[in-house]
Amino acid sequence: MASVVSMAAPHDSAAAHRRSEAQIAWMLVLPAMILLFLFVLLPVASVIVLGFTDFELGYGKFRFVGFENYAHLITDRTFRKSLWNTTVYAAIVAPVSILLGLGIAMLIESETAARSFFRTAYFLPVASLIVAMATVWQYMFHPTIGPINALLALVGLPGPNWLGSSGTVLYSLSIIGVWQSAGFNMVLFLAGLTAIPRELYAAAEVDGARSSFDRFLLVTWPMLGPTTLFVITISITNAVKVFETVKTLTDGGPNKASEVLLFTIYQEGFVYLRVGYASAMTVVFLLILVVLMFLQYRVLDRRVHYT
Amino acid sequence: MMTSAFSLGRIIRLTLLSLGAIVFLSPYVFMISTAGKAQSDIFTSSLSLIPAHLTYVENFAKALSRVPMARLLWNGVVVCGLIFFFQVLVAIPCAYAMAKLRFGAARAMMVLVMLGLLVPIHATALPLYVAFDRASLLNSYAALVAPFAISVFAIFMFLQFFRAMPDDLIHAARLDGMSEIGIVARVIVPNAWPAVTAFAIFSVVAHWNDLYWPLIVISKQDYATPPLGLMYFRAAEAGDDYGALMAATLMITLPLVAAFLLAQKRFVEGITMTGLKG
Repeated sequence: MASVVSMAAPHDSAAAHRRSEAQIAWMLVLPAMILLFLFVLLPVASVIVLGFTDFELGYGKFRFVGFENYAHLITDRTFRKSLWNTTVYAAIVAPVSILLGLGIAMLIESETAARSFFRTAYFLPVASLIVAMATVWQYMFHPTIGPINALLALVGLPGPNWLGSSGTVLYSLSIIGVWQSAGFNMVLFLAGLTAIPRELYAAAEVDGARSSFDRFLLVTWPMLGPTTLFVITISITNAVKVFETVKTLTDGGPNKASEVLLFTIYQEGFVYLRVGYASAMTVVFLLILVVLMFLQYRVLDRRVHYT
Repeated sequence: MMTSAFSLGRIIRLTLLSLGAIVFLSPYVFMISTAGKAQSDIFTSSLSLIPAHLTYVENFAKALSRVPMARLLWNGVVVCGLIFFFQVLVAIPCAYAMAKLRFGAARAMMVLVMLGLLVPIHATALPLYVAFDRASLLNSYAALVAPFAISVFAIFMFLQFFRAMPDDLIHAARLDGMSEIGIVARVIVPNAWPAVTAFAIFSVVAHWNDLYWPLIVISKQDYATPPLGLMYFRAAEAGDDYGALMAATLMITLPLVAAFLLAQKRFVEGITMTGLKG
């Protein structure tokens, strides 16, 4: 008996300790949980609910309209244009900035001179205020006084009206987008490249990978797998979220040629104050992000298991 | 093989890198050059980099007289500072509890964090705007800061960092009679310094540059952040006064760029650390 009691005592205190540990844990987590609920969960739930209403800011009452907003979205020419433009923009900016980032990273990695200078030069746009730099680009792209067209004129080429014509505006914005994000990708690739053990290259050479391109295919590309996957997802997500340059430079124009998803949501929700309709658009935007995330996990599960 | 003086490959490599660098830096060069050009200069010689008549003083004076630069920068510092302070204050205890303490809701909390990572401000802005409007909180620091006081990204990042911390460190502190809050303040935070700096850079760069949310909740110059202030200036400046515009642009870009140039290594480390783990 006595032995049982003496054994139960420490067990009790262990249980009590676990309870107090859980209590303290709750206390530490609680502020985060409350804020997460207030500023993430509740708003997301509200957006989903609002998407089924005809709520407009300024009007007191609203009613549920079922899928009416979504039915309207399918035929809304502005929204379709906006989805298409966002796709085109992402289809240009993501691949170009990824390839450029990888290329620059590999050139810098194999270079010995002025590495930190080059890294700074390419990374500088990431640390710059984008609204401010967009203004500079507007000057660069200016059809009559801008340096880019002046340069083209020197070699006898007629310069386009970069941001002013509906045929070129999306490409001009894409150039700014690539300029802005290539350095970010470069830094991520540089980190991935430095993590590759040198011996692997020596081993590949022994195995007959003579040219540097062979070594790239045999060692660099597979070893960069996880980095590349991450860079791809973040690049697409960031491209889908393009807003600053559009708002600053074109306001969606000319003629809706640069209307992109977040800009359309902004216009509907915060300028025309049609919150219900804008909420339905936001749900579509969220779904796109979910699909991108899901694809990343799928690919991550499927392959890239080297480490 | 790699370092042999100037092989053909190396010449090509350096040429490519230099040409690219020129292209990437050209907006800065033109910004600095145009900020010193007189209006007549801008219209006649867009390719000459050295202004014919140095008008830096006039352009900067003009920009300063129309943009409340000190106000904008101050707002930027206050907003970014408050956001960062609350993010860290909320995220560190939470991440510590999730990494090192046993409690029932740990898994649920993890799911919440992973879900939260998916949701940007653009998705929550509509209901938040309606709520701030109802609470008459538009045009205030509170509106600018509150939605960002919680950063799931911070929780996620600190969680990764704390998990890698040895348990012995915490056990030793407990044996010394430290409370859990004491452990967070005196053991965890000092040891989490690299993660805190990395996150600071990520957070400040993100919120200093953010236009979307300030554009929505702020309509008065008094609370404008740097990007928003520049938008106002652009809107007011109907003509092509690029000299003054570039002067304003230069002043507003300078603080973050200067910070980057001074603490370059930390910046790159910070972006890699936060980027790769995100």
